[in-house]
Amino acid sequence: MNPANGEVNAMMITIASGKGGTGKTTVATNLAVAVGEGVTLLDCDVEEPNVHLFLEPESITRTPVTTMVPKVDTELCVQCGECSDLCQFSAITLVAGELYTFPHMCHSCGGCVMACSAGALTEGTRELGELEIGQCKNIELISGRLRVGEAMSPPLINRVKEAAEGRPLVIVDAPPGTSCPVIAAMEGTHYVVLVTEPTPFGLHDLKLAVEAVRVLNIPFGIVINRADAGDDRVVRYAEDEGIEVLLSIPYSRKVAEYYARGRLLVEAMPEMADAFAGMVEKIQKAAQEGRP
Amino acid sequence: MKEITILSGKGGTGKTTVTASFAALAKSRVLVDGDVDAANLYMITPHTVLDEHPFKGGGLPKINLDLCSDCGDCITRCRFNALEEGPTLNRIACEGCGVCAYFCPEKAMRVCGTWYHSISDNGPMIHARLGIAEENSGLLVAVLRREARKQAEATGAPLILVDGPPGIGCPVISATTGCDAVVVVTEPTLSGLHDLERVAELTSFLKVPAMVTINRWDIHPMMAERIHAFAKEKGMHHLGDIPVDEEVTAAMVKGQPLVTVSDGPAARAICSVWEQVLSFLDEKRGSLKMAL
Repeated sequence: MNPANGEVNAMMITIASGKGGTGKTTVATNLAVAVGEGVTLLDCDVEEPNVHLFLEPESITRTPVTTMVPKVDTELCVQCGECSDLCQFSAITLVAGELYTFPHMCHSCGGCVMACSAGALTEGTRELGELEIGQCKNIELISGRLRVGEAMSPPLINRVKEAAEGRPLVIVDAPPGTSCPVIAAMEGTHYVVLVTEPTPFGLHDLKLAVEAVRVLNIPFGIVINRADAGDDRVVRYAEDEGIEVLLSIPYSRKVAEYYARGRLLVEAMPEMADAFAGMVEKIQKAAQEGRP
Repeated sequence: MKEITILSGKGGTGKTTVTASFAALAKSRVLVDGDVDAANLYMITPHTVLDEHPFKGGGLPKINLDLCSDCGDCITRCRFNALEEGPTLNRIACEGCGVCAYFCPEKAMRVCGTWYHSISDNGPMIHARLGIAEENSGLLVAVLRREARKQAEATGAPLILVDGPPGIGCPVISATTGCDAVVVVTEPTLSGLHDLERVAELTSFLKVPAMVTINRWDIHPMMAERIHAFAKEKGMHHLGDIPVDEEVTAAMVKGQPLVTVSDGPAARAICSVWEQVLSFLDEKRGSLKMAL
């Protein structure tokens, strides 16, 4: 398999999980290394991007990313309060005859600009963070890095994905959870790998993540990390729901120690390299069957 | 009344485990599950739901087709392309901004969600679960904290404990802004340290004093040392660390806080960390230890 030679169709695989700390980044980085030449890895966990700690990219270019926020012309404002009534996010408020904006609360819906009949509001911008593009040997790494203090990650995540347009094989490392940033990472991709662990929290959050992927109607499978550390509840759930278990990674203190040092799982357990390569093939098969 | 928020930066470091034990150790407190994306706290905090409440701006628009005149205004106005002919709502694309409901000439749409007020062993618990792919987790966290303050006033509880979400984005900012102190639960890994650095930047930006504890510190004692040095440099108070202990998963399986079912090494460490939290607050912010 060599995506650089066009043997693989344009394909995006998202690595997600409901619960944090289950091993998303471990799966994403090791999968990318298993594919090697021609793969693009996106770090869409823009609040806490960690992929670079394991792959250490070189020759990085950085570009600022911005979004729309209202700009107020106080001379024109008639203090009618329409914008402040409309805003669901308290990002624009009329207090004692003065209009205040809180750009960090703004979701860029444009409602205030539309509602302003006095023409006092226009579209301005605010910086969300940075887009970083680098190269780690034969792997291209594109990361988003949210500005600290910035609340809105989905627009930045979308920009990271746009930056990977036209690449033959893309692996997306998603943030944890099941809400807006995760959905932004998964949307429009061809397959989702849900990484979980065999504990009550792991299963609870896996179920939420499965619901989210089903809403998006994307084919998916699961990876069970630290597979022997809890009980068999995740395996039973997968059997009941007919979900494919793509890979089980055994718990190993050595892996945990390698991870702690920013080193890859396949370095600690070279015997897993084939399993990751095999997983890519399983995914490509499942994604093609799953597509209408 | 003091409010403490438990954060981690990186997911899966043990925030909820630590929070549930803190809540069991504090004799009188209001507990908030601020990780509305992956709400796990209720699973290890025995409780009874007393009542449910709606909240404005917390969710997706509900469309009343009996009132709809099919004018298409909502479809044109939506910046997120979340409304299509019908109108039908694309739950994934919707940002919950309410522009559709605000401008609807027939008042056929409204936006609203739900949170819960429960009672647990040492006081009230305020929690919610976001629907899959719903927006506004930050706004929901703000609502939960506001209710917690009301409950603390009503019950005379001297303390509010907020189990925060992972990351540093919208819901984290919402869980942290204006609280008295933050406890960061991290882990001795390169990712744990990197994510802690970003949390430290955020707490300093929000001017909230921060304390640190390292969970499973003995996975990589040298990385734990690096984290201690970093915490010291940033003026983050070190609370002592928590060792690896199989009883943590066992307690989770039982659905109980660790400290109520175990007196093993991790449980004892959490008790000591909790004493340190109280001492820190007493020094910085007047006597809470006395009140508890």
